[in-house]
Amino acid sequence: MYKYIAKRLLLMIPTLIGAAILVFFLLRLIPGDVCELRLAGTGLYADPEQIKLCRENLGLNDHILVQFATFVIGFVTFDLGDSMWTGNPITHEIGLRFQLSLQIAFMATFVAVIISIPLGVISAVKQDTWIDYVVRSFSIFGIAIPSFWLGIMIILGLLIVTQAWTGVPWMPPIEYVSPFEDLGANMSQLIWPAVATGYRYSAVATRMTRSALLEVLREDYIRTARAKGLLEKIIINRHALKNSLLPVVTIIGIEFAFLMGGLVVTEQVFNLNGLGKLFVESVLQNDYNLTQALVMIVVAIFVFTNFIVDLFYAWLDPRIRYS
Amino acid sequence: MATLLEIENLKTQFFTSAGTVKAVDGISYTVDEGETVALVGESGCGKSVSALSILRLIPWPPGKIVGGHIKFNGVDLATLSEEEIRKIRGKDIGMVFQEPMTSLNPVLSINEQLSETLITHFGISKEAARVKSLALLEMVGISDPNRRLDQYPHHLSGGMRQRVMIAMALSCEPKLIIADEPTTALDVTIQAQILELMKNLTKSLGVSMIIITHNLGVVARYADRVNVMYAGKIIESGTAHDIYHNPQHPYTLALLNSIPRMDQPRRDKLDPVEGQPPDLTKLDDGCSFRFRCRYAVDRCANAFPDLEKVGDTHFTACFEKGRLKESVKVVS
Repeated sequence: MYKYIAKRLLLMIPTLIGAAILVFFLLRLIPGDVCELRLAGTGLYADPEQIKLCRENLGLNDHILVQFATFVIGFVTFDLGDSMWTGNPITHEIGLRFQLSLQIAFMATFVAVIISIPLGVISAVKQDTWIDYVVRSFSIFGIAIPSFWLGIMIILGLLIVTQAWTGVPWMPPIEYVSPFEDLGANMSQLIWPAVATGYRYSAVATRMTRSALLEVLREDYIRTARAKGLLEKIIINRHALKNSLLPVVTIIGIEFAFLMGGLVVTEQVFNLNGLGKLFVESVLQNDYNLTQALVMIVVAIFVFTNFIVDLFYAWLDPRIRYS
Repeated sequence: MATLLEIENLKTQFFTSAGTVKAVDGISYTVDEGETVALVGESGCGKSVSALSILRLIPWPPGKIVGGHIKFNGVDLATLSEEEIRKIRGKDIGMVFQEPMTSLNPVLSINEQLSETLITHFGISKEAARVKSLALLEMVGISDPNRRLDQYPHHLSGGMRQRVMIAMALSCEPKLIIADEPTTALDVTIQAQILELMKNLTKSLGVSMIIITHNLGVVARYADRVNVMYAGKIIESGTAHDIYHNPQHPYTLALLNSIPRMDQPRRDKLDPVEGQPPDLTKLDDGCSFRFRCRYAVDRCANAFPDLEKVGDTHFTACFEKGRLKESVKVVS
């Protein structure tokens, strides 16, 4: 077991190194750089001397390997450097946005799990009945509807409903408040994007739960459990569900990590300053430092989430635990 | 002895897109208290389905018991509600399955799997169930039972898993055990151990057993009574001695001729049963074995012969049983 954990932890290192190499060199393949964009981006004439000076200041004239070394050393010492566009420290740029994205990712995952596992189980147990059809339609909807469109519908719905009830239209606040300061205000802002993304996310997980459970229900040991006279709910919860959760946990892990950097459009709809929006801006501005930092953060979250998923595997399956 | 289980004209069918499969087509037999009854036949003859039907473990869809009675201790299991039959499963009737590798749940410890049956049927505490489980593992001859209880199925060999299955089936002191090819998936040396164990335990505990097998050697040694099945019907029934030394149905005779026997002079080659078992979706009114039968005559195509008495305990379903006697003498 300890060997298993140690192995998983060690495997993180090459993954991070690989990602660092890829992001660093791929970024530099994009034509133009931050200085050209900043000084001549609007089509104005820019003094080549000024651009040269700007590059000199940002370290862009150093040898590429020197730049790479600076980036790697900075990352392992948790010094992410300054944004090339605004000049502010990157930790400052990312700070609150990271907190917001992380919170939405957690909330959406929570929404997805509490929807998908019970629905997936019901749908598998009642296979080919009307309940199953309703659940499957519900989840097909979730996959088919873009979450930003659902977001717009939620905002419109809120406006219309509050208008009708109280006479004053209400929509979620735009300003981010930390949940530790004012939980109510924080929730009233973030619950809507969490539901909108959590629904799509749950749709995938519901279908996964259903198909995995159906497969397990055909196993010999389920027949054994029936032959032992166990209650149906024990057969499902203890014998079948535990065996069918492996693929579901995998999907949940991948989706969670994806939410950390991939919520660009939903953030736009709800006017949230999350990592997704910052990501897009940093790429458009050729802000190498910021893009590198963001990619590495998302990669680190992916790797860490996968590690957690591996721990779940071991918890669920003794064959992994005792290997 | 008193009759424990009486199966009357049991019919189980599977409704598939290829047609209705008459897996069990009107079989009747009884099991007395303390008796071991064998169901013998080729793969796909309906012997496993008939056993699963007793506990109503046929998955619907596509399978269903469409007729007949399963009287256990005077109660017809075929008419019980789902909840009533659940209380009989594992408590009054235990089951041992063919494949010990896949019949135990890989993610639950041996203790959890043994205890849950006891907890479900007796409502005892976890601690008490563990004590009982420990005794059960000792009973089925598992060494170091205390350590085994906390292990998982993948830690155990096939033979040991089958011992666990037997312990599980016997845990609630059932009156009947149904063993569905309990040794087919095991090594030959382990097969003998497991069969001896089952025989000793059922005898000492006074439990009846239905043993399903395609191995006539097993039958000769362990069964009091034998029902030979072909294409969903019982075609011959008698004591192990009747079946082994005086087969009265061409199919039984052919089966016996197809296995090597140590108690007889060596033949040059084995004599397999020619042809394939019939398609169970396309059975007609005639005898289903006639296409493979050396004794078949015209009337075999018209009707399925009834089981007729040919000895005190011996029944056969063949029109031509008279002619068979001559060849039996040649063989044995």
